[in-house]
Amino acid sequence: MHTAVEPITELKLAGITKRFPGILACNNIAMEIRRGEVLALVGENGAGKSTLMNILAGLYQPDAGTITVNGQPVRFHDPNDAYARGIGMVHQNFMLVPNMTVAENVALGLRKFHRFMNLDLDGARRLMIEVAARHELPVNPDAYVWQLSVGEQQRVELVKTLCFGAQLLILDEPTSALTPQETDDLIDRLKRMSAELAIIFISHKLNEVKSLSHRVAILRHGAVVFNGVTADHSSADLAALMTGREVVLPRNEGLDLGGAAILSARKLKVRGDRGHLALDGLELTLHAGEILGLAGVSGNGQRELAEALTGLRPVESGAVTFLDRDMTNRSPAAMIGAGLGYIPEDRHHEGIVPSFSVKENLVLKDFATRRFSAGCLLRLREIARNAARLKDQYDIRCSSTSAAGGSLSGGNIQKVILARELAREPKALVAVYPTRGVDMGAQEFIHSQLLARRRAGGGVLLISEELEEIMNLSDRIAVIYKGRILKVLPSLEATRERLGLLMAGVADE
Amino acid sequence: MNKFKLGYGAGVILLAILAAAGAGALVLTAVGASPIATYVTIFTGPLKDLFGVTEILVRAVPLILVALGIAISFRSGIINIGAEGQMLMGILAATAVALALPGLPHGLLLPLVLLAGALGGGLWAGIAGILRARLGVNEILSTVMLNYIAAQLYTFLLRGPMIDPGELETGSGTPQSMRLPHSAWLGRLVPGTRLHTGLLLALVLAVVVYFLLWRTTWGFRLRAAGAEAKAARYAGISVERSLVVAMVLSGAFAGLAGAVELTGVHHRAIENISSGYGFSGIVVALFGALHPAGIVPAAVFFGLLLVGADMTQRSAGVPANMILVLQGVIILVIVSAKMYLNNAYAQERVRRLLARLAPAKSQGGLS
Repeated sequence: MHTAVEPITELKLAGITKRFPGILACNNIAMEIRRGEVLALVGENGAGKSTLMNILAGLYQPDAGTITVNGQPVRFHDPNDAYARGIGMVHQNFMLVPNMTVAENVALGLRKFHRFMNLDLDGARRLMIEVAARHELPVNPDAYVWQLSVGEQQRVELVKTLCFGAQLLILDEPTSALTPQETDDLIDRLKRMSAELAIIFISHKLNEVKSLSHRVAILRHGAVVFNGVTADHSSADLAALMTGREVVLPRNEGLDLGGAAILSARKLKVRGDRGHLALDGLELTLHAGEILGLAGVSGNGQRELAEALTGLRPVESGAVTFLDRDMTNRSPAAMIGAGLGYIPEDRHHEGIVPSFSVKENLVLKDFATRRFSAGCLLRLREIARNAARLKDQYDIRCSSTSAAGGSLSGGNIQKVILARELAREPKALVAVYPTRGVDMGAQEFIHSQLLARRRAGGGVLLISEELEEIMNLSDRIAVIYKGRILKVLPSLEATRERLGLLMAGVADE
Repeated sequence: MNKFKLGYGAGVILLAILAAAGAGALVLTAVGASPIATYVTIFTGPLKDLFGVTEILVRAVPLILVALGIAISFRSGIINIGAEGQMLMGILAATAVALALPGLPHGLLLPLVLLAGALGGGLWAGIAGILRARLGVNEILSTVMLNYIAAQLYTFLLRGPMIDPGELETGSGTPQSMRLPHSAWLGRLVPGTRLHTGLLLALVLAVVVYFLLWRTTWGFRLRAAGAEAKAARYAGISVERSLVVAMVLSGAFAGLAGAVELTGVHHRAIENISSGYGFSGIVVALFGALHPAGIVPAAVFFGLLLVGADMTQRSAGVPANMILVLQGVIILVIVSAKMYLNNAYAQERVRRLLARLAPAKSQGGLS
């Protein structure tokens, strides 16, 4: 199945330079990786990691520099060239066709199953199932991609790339969407797989970098600032090298601010996109002045819960109560008006309108208020002033607040959403995977903002798969499993192991 | 970098013009006409005298109005292909009001007639809007189908209930309505030509549409729903309502275009009154980048094409159908070229090609 290309024993990058308008994305980068080795590539958002890997995967052409495989210079004109040489990349933003099944998505890129007018879907399906089984990546070949959670889609991407015969695997933040168990699994598997592969692993999570990689390269502002053996350096050292300063993620100080119940779900039954009961009698209460962490493996009803609470998904039975009022099946506008904030999972297409400017996105919910409009006329000057203020306050990095929201990096898009939601001073905030895929600096900032909201008396429902994030920030932790809350426990009593078991559906006691 | 972009844009436009001219020349040569003479006539003929210029503007008026409506609907994420039918419904409503209330003074009747036109078009489009919002019926299908229905209804009414009684008396039976009372006519802008005050209305409405879309909360809602429905819903905007509003507004502009054509040019409902403006308007809107500031010049350019084509038919002896073919070719090429203009991948490919062809030069000349 793996076509007979010469195995990659050594790959070298030398003098790689890539310039975009106004930005030097990669500045004279040199790097090498051997078979049997895991190289971690770390750096903040916008440090040039993705650009560098896109060059290696044939998506971009470098302005200068050379790539050599086994001592022979190669040139990749497009991703097919790179694939033909055994270089496969799993992108951070998935490259899947939503209205096709998993098997069809895999078959799409496998030329050998395309015979004239005939597509050997069964062959592709068999190959896929085999590869998936070998690497313990459970995927349903007949599910449509749009029905899958982000975590499941990530697995499909991995299987797909392996099916293409990748020998050098580039993983762009592969764990950002995975649960802790899945992450541990993946890391174990990658360790085993690295014996016969070369793996470049991009991550913001230094504990993963520490446990998986043999060597680590750190990029800052498009240049390699550090390149060395992972075992010789502590996580704190690496974090400091990455950001150029010391980073300490803030923690919940733990003082009970104990407030009244503000947002609650009673016996909530909600259907998912596939028509199944995604929430099956869920009970949950959020209090003022607390961060309630919702831990769980993705696809257990988190998205449906967030959408039911915010009015975006119809509730079949049960009740949503917000500030002592029954708000079951009220419109999103009603929930927003009542003071509910929401940081959605899909920040690129739900959290912002990508073609709208940053300043328009910052008033997406409030453009019709008296502050930003007079009658039906928008007060453009006030909208611009608001944007300038929030840009400074939330350290949103964009060339101008007139730039399209979609042109920002993921971390900065998240800051736009955070700024908009927090500036409205919500009574309760539903935050779904708020730091997924953002760098350490931004993560620190988002965490401290959520804690500030808590101190100001707001309630935060923090839905996350990052156990560390949940344990650092939460007062209480609820574990969701198959559409129900399996257990709610005080943060102090939670350990990784205990939460891990609960997330797997094993109720203690 | 910018030099490259500028050069790239100029190159694409130049190639597009050459391609259109070349394809057109083939067609013209095939029917035995001189391509150069024909082109000269199309593009300079209408500009030679005042009459030609006013005729360009006469055609630009309905194109502007239809295209403004199309821009509203496309920007709002709903595609209106039904401007042709909406124009006809507007004309029917406007004619009915004008003939029913002949006694009203000019200052009252004319606005009423135009309003009726907008209402007729808006309601007709609203059917497609509601079908889409409530039942998820594809609006491209429904608006095209509504075009057929409107065309048949129009013909039926002009041949039957609304036919000019004079036609029945003389027995000639031309399918047309009675002439509208003078108090329902738009004034002439340039005496002795057909140019009417509808032009001013179209220009004012172009400004209004700009304000509506980019300066009001209404426009914000419409554009948000059109640009990313998921995010709009998240922000508490009712996307379904926005779709219906956009469709009704879009149809209202088409209906108004019909009413203006009726009260400004023909003064009675006749067959083929819409002259395909409902379809050309879509091209004008896209050509004008769905923005009023682009639509107005685009409409004038298409007006020039239309008038130039008419003149060619008379002077160069090119059959009318060939002119239509030519127009089609020009439109296709222009729209394709626009796709290339903003395509980053195409730009990158050209850049690579240039770099490969002249490695030394491209370093200095293009970066």
